[in-house]
Order: sequence, then structure tokens, then C-alpha cells
Amino acid sequence: MSTTTVKPVRPWTATPKDRLMTGLSIALSVLISVVIVAVTPMKGKLAYFFIFFFAWLVLDSLFIIRKSSAKGVRDSLASKITLLGSSFVLMAVGSILWAVVYRGVKGLNIAYVTQTMRQASLFDPIGKGGILHAIFGTLLLILIAVLISVPMGILTALYLTEIKGKASGLIQFLVQAMSGVPSVVAGLFIYAAIILTTPLRASSFLGGLALTILMVPTVTRTAQEVLNLVPRDLREAGLAMGATQWKTVALVVVPAARSGLITATILGVARIAGETAPLLFTVGTFDSYNFNPFKGENTAIPVVVWRALNSGTPESVQRAWSAILVLLIVVLILFVAARALGSRTMKK
Amino acid sequence: MSDQTQNTPTSSLSAVAANRAETKVPGSSPLGTGLEARGVHAWFDKHLALEDVSLDFSAGTVTALIGPSGCGKSTFIRTLNRMHEFIPHTSMAGQVLLDGKDIYEPGIDVTKIRLQIGMVFQKPNPFPSMTIGENVLSGIKLAQLKIDNRDELLEECLTRAGLWAEVKDRLGAHAGGLSGGQQQRLCIARALAVKPKVLLMDEPCSALDPGSTLRIEETISQLSKSMTIVIVTHNMQQAARVSDYTAFFLSDGGPGQMIEVGPTNEIFSRPRDQRTENYVTGRFG
Repeated sequence: MSTTTVKPVRPWTATPKDRLMTGLSIALSVLISVVIVAVTPMKGKLAYFFIFFFAWLVLDSLFIIRKSSAKGVRDSLASKITLLGSSFVLMAVGSILWAVVYRGVKGLNIAYVTQTMRQASLFDPIGKGGILHAIFGTLLLILIAVLISVPMGILTALYLTEIKGKASGLIQFLVQAMSGVPSVVAGLFIYAAIILTTPLRASSFLGGLALTILMVPTVTRTAQEVLNLVPRDLREAGLAMGATQWKTVALVVVPAARSGLITATILGVARIAGETAPLLFTVGTFDSYNFNPFKGENTAIPVVVWRALNSGTPESVQRAWSAILVLLIVVLILFVAARALGSRTMKK
Repeated sequence: MSDQTQNTPTSSLSAVAANRAETKVPGSSPLGTGLEARGVHAWFDKHLALEDVSLDFSAGTVTALIGPSGCGKSTFIRTLNRMHEFIPHTSMAGQVLLDGKDIYEPGIDVTKIRLQIGMVFQKPNPFPSMTIGENVLSGIKLAQLKIDNRDELLEECLTRAGLWAEVKDRLGAHAGGLSGGQQQRLCIARALAVKPKVLLMDEPCSALDPGSTLRIEETISQLSKSMTIVIVTHNMQQAARVSDYTAFFLSDGGPGQMIEVGPTNEIFSRPRDQRTENYVTGRFG
């Protein structure tokens, strides 16, 4: 047995020489893209990106074929194509985020997130008035929609995956059809079915109902996928100890799928957080706080964005961009909180 | 320490081991030099799981790795065909030589290594979307190999795995319909189709009934005529029945180590190390 201490190594990772070659091929590709963009009519960021990418594809393949085989090149080509696909998505998301942050941050100030529009108008100079009331409105609407659609969606998913009753086929079909409902139709439905026929008038609650129509299919379908991933062994293990199906589902299946069910909720919230159309007829607009969900009109950040953009003055357009930024931040905080809550209860 | 073999509790196992055909002598095989592990260490993160194992697997022999759970047998067998590195944050040290060439050398094509060192896993894992025939030939397709006669290869592999008679009339059926033992023999046939020089088996019978186990042991004996086999097993009877050499692994709370290796009948009749004797006589583990 050796007395000297042995150093752990990872022979499967890239050697310094490999890294040097990778760096070299990237540097060379950058150079090529700069040269080609300079001497040819192809211009713009996309031209840089594509020329760089294809130059890198060729150079790296040459490098790989030197030390490996045609199979190795095909393997690395496949992984580079996945990289290309994800870069496109990243570019799209990145551009949107950049546009929102770049334009939104100019109108952001303390007043914007601590005041309402009660004493101000969309046309006032930036710095006067804010959208705190709309933040509350959005949170209230999301809360109402979550309270209704998460239980409904998860129960529906449980019916479809655990009970598998006679109505499963029909329900599955309806859920799928519902996920294709245009959001404005959800708002019109609530308007036609409730506001026109009953004494109830536009309120946060009715807005929440309209959002529920959009959120339930997302929650149901995601929850269904997640519940299907719970191994059948676990259900059988529970049932084999004499548990009823209800107890097995409640104490074994649902806890096993917990983090996935939180994801289902998050995806559902993501579906509705930015909706404007269903709220136009069902929530109305309001320039201050309305904490009563059942009475009086209210507003939400997307509605503020819609109104401000339509008003068309530089100040109101600036307010719209800032409101989009605020909406993104609010949604981000919600998601992080939901994840943290989920992992905390997991540990316990 | 050798005169008292007659009446030790190990005698039944040693009888099984002695019953086998003569132990193959290393280097006597025309199949090349086999597989050699040189000072293999394995880490998970900072945790040293396996310390300094050097072990030769001569071509055409069957070597059994025995030892209690957590002693590093499976970790060791996974370093032999570079499966260890699939687990994130692992590292290793040492060399594994196949026909004298280090499989961890930089620049080596790892897919070619795994083509030559096949593996059969603990749980039968036939590909669910493929038929029995497609499963056997899946390695050809996955590794993009060219073969002349598919039917011939199919029959040859299934015959060598001892499954041909049972499935020859339903090669187009899905593999999920086979019993556990049949599925495991299908996995062996699948591993054979790419003609590996070495076959690693990680507790291949632990999920099987005695009948299927017997069939697989017969398969191993057949295969050992043409290839090198390394088998991890918790079943000492099995080690005694199928292997030429046995290596005993143990962890005393620290990293797993190889305590002793030798011809199987010696390990079971007159082990050199007290700990090996305790284990093979069933005093612990």
C-alpha cells in the first residue's frame, strides 16, 4: 500500500490543453465574425451571432475530429445544436428583460411604489403618484384565483389520476379545451353570465373568477403530470398496509408530489399574472386602494399598463414601462417565496 | 493455518468451490491480458469511498467481488468501465488497464471503452419501447456498428445468454412481458451483442428467484470461456459456484478496501486474513 497521499483526479473532464483549444476556437470565431461583418453587407447583432456560431461549430469540430472520430463530432454537433436552441430562447427572454429593465427603471422611484394615483394623473410628471394600489389589486386578484383554482385544479387532477372514474374522458377533454380559451372570452363570459344577469357589478371577486377560468386548466394538467410521476409502488405500499385510498392519496401520493404541485401553482399564477383582457369588463378601473373583494371596482398592474400605453403621452408611456418592471418584480418575488415555502415544508 | 481446513465451518462453501473445474491460471488464456486495476481510489465529493485497490482480472476468468454493503464493491466495478464519472462531484485516482492501456488516459474515446467493457445491472432494465429482438440488437444501433447478419447475431447472443429456446417464437413481443429472470438474461444478451471483452455484473441475480439465478450462473460459466467476467455478489454460494477468483472488500467505517484476493477455493477454505474468514463463515455481514 502506498504511503504517499493520493490526489483525487477527474480524468473525464477537459484537460488544460482541451480548454486552451476551446478558448482558442472561441477567440478565433469571434475574430472571424468581426472580420466578416466588417467586409460583407451582413450587419447587426444577429449577423455577429450567426457567423460566430457557425465559425465556432466548424473550428471546434475540426479540433474534435483531430482527437476523436466522426462519431465524436456528431455527438458534439448535437450538443451544440441544443446550445443554439437554448441561445435563441435566452436571446428572446434576455431582450424582453433588457427592454423592460432599461426603459422601466427610468420611471421607477420611491413614490411610484408607495403612492396611488388618487392625487395624480397619468400625464403628471414622473415622481408624482404611484401604482401601489395596482400592486395590491394584482395580489388580491391572484390570491382569489389561487384560492379557487388550486383546490379545484388539484382535485380534478386527483380525480383523473387516482379515481379514474367514468367521467375522466369527458373531463380530460374539457380541461384540454379550456386551456385553449382566449383570455378575453373568459372575461366576456363572466360579464355575460354574472354582470348582465345578476345585481353583482364589476369587482375583484368577479375578476378573480375570470382568471380562475384561465388558471384551472394549467393547474390541472400540470398537477396531473406530476401525480402520474409518483411511482405506483408507493400507492401499492400504502394500500398494502390496509390504508384506504383516501388516506393513501392524502398521506403518501400528494406529499410525494408536493414540489411538483407547487410548480403547478406557480405555472398557474404565471399564466394569469399578466392578463389584462379578462379584467377589463370584470374589475373595471380604480385609482386608489379597494380592499373589499366583493364590492366596487379595482385595478391591477396589467390594466394600468394598458391604460397608460393607450394614453400615449411620454409620461404615461414611461409609467407603463415602469409598471411592467414592477409586475415582473412582484411575480418574481411570488415565485421565490413559493419555492422557499415549498422547500421549507419539505425539510420539516 | 492450512491444516485445519477439514472441520472449519467454511468447509461446505469450500467444497462447492473445490467442486468447480480447475481454477484458470492467469495468462493461460488466448484472450489477451485482461483487465488490471492499479491503485484505484474513488471519491464522492470529499468522501473517500474506495482506497487503493489493485486487482488483476486475467482474461477468461471469473472474479467475484464479495463484502458487506457499503464496502465499495459497486463503486469499484463502476470505475472499471468509467461509469463512476456519471455521478456528479466524483473523482478518482489510479489506473485501469485494458490490454495494457489505461482507460483513463486523456484523449481516449470513452464510448469505445464501454463497448469493450460491458455491464449488466442489478435490476433488469430492458428498453421498454423495444421488442425482445430490438433489445438484443440495441447496442448495435446505439453504438452505430455495422453487422453482416442480424438474425445470426440475434440467435447467437440469445443462445449464449441461455434465453433462445424460451423466446425464439416471440422475438417481436415487447420485453416487458418477460419474467424478471428472463429480462435479466435478455440484458446479458444485449450486453453480449456488441462483443465486449469484459463483462461487469453488479449483483445480477439479487432480484431473481433461485431458478433464474441458476440459469444465469450457467450462462456465466459458458461466457467465461470467451470473455473476462467480474461479478459483484452478496451470495457467497454464488461466488463459490461461479468464480475462479474471489476478492473480499471491507470498510471499517472508513474508505472501502480490498482485504484479500485469491483463488476462490482458497478464499473459502483457508483465507489468509481473519476478517475474510469471519465474513465467509458468516460471523458477520
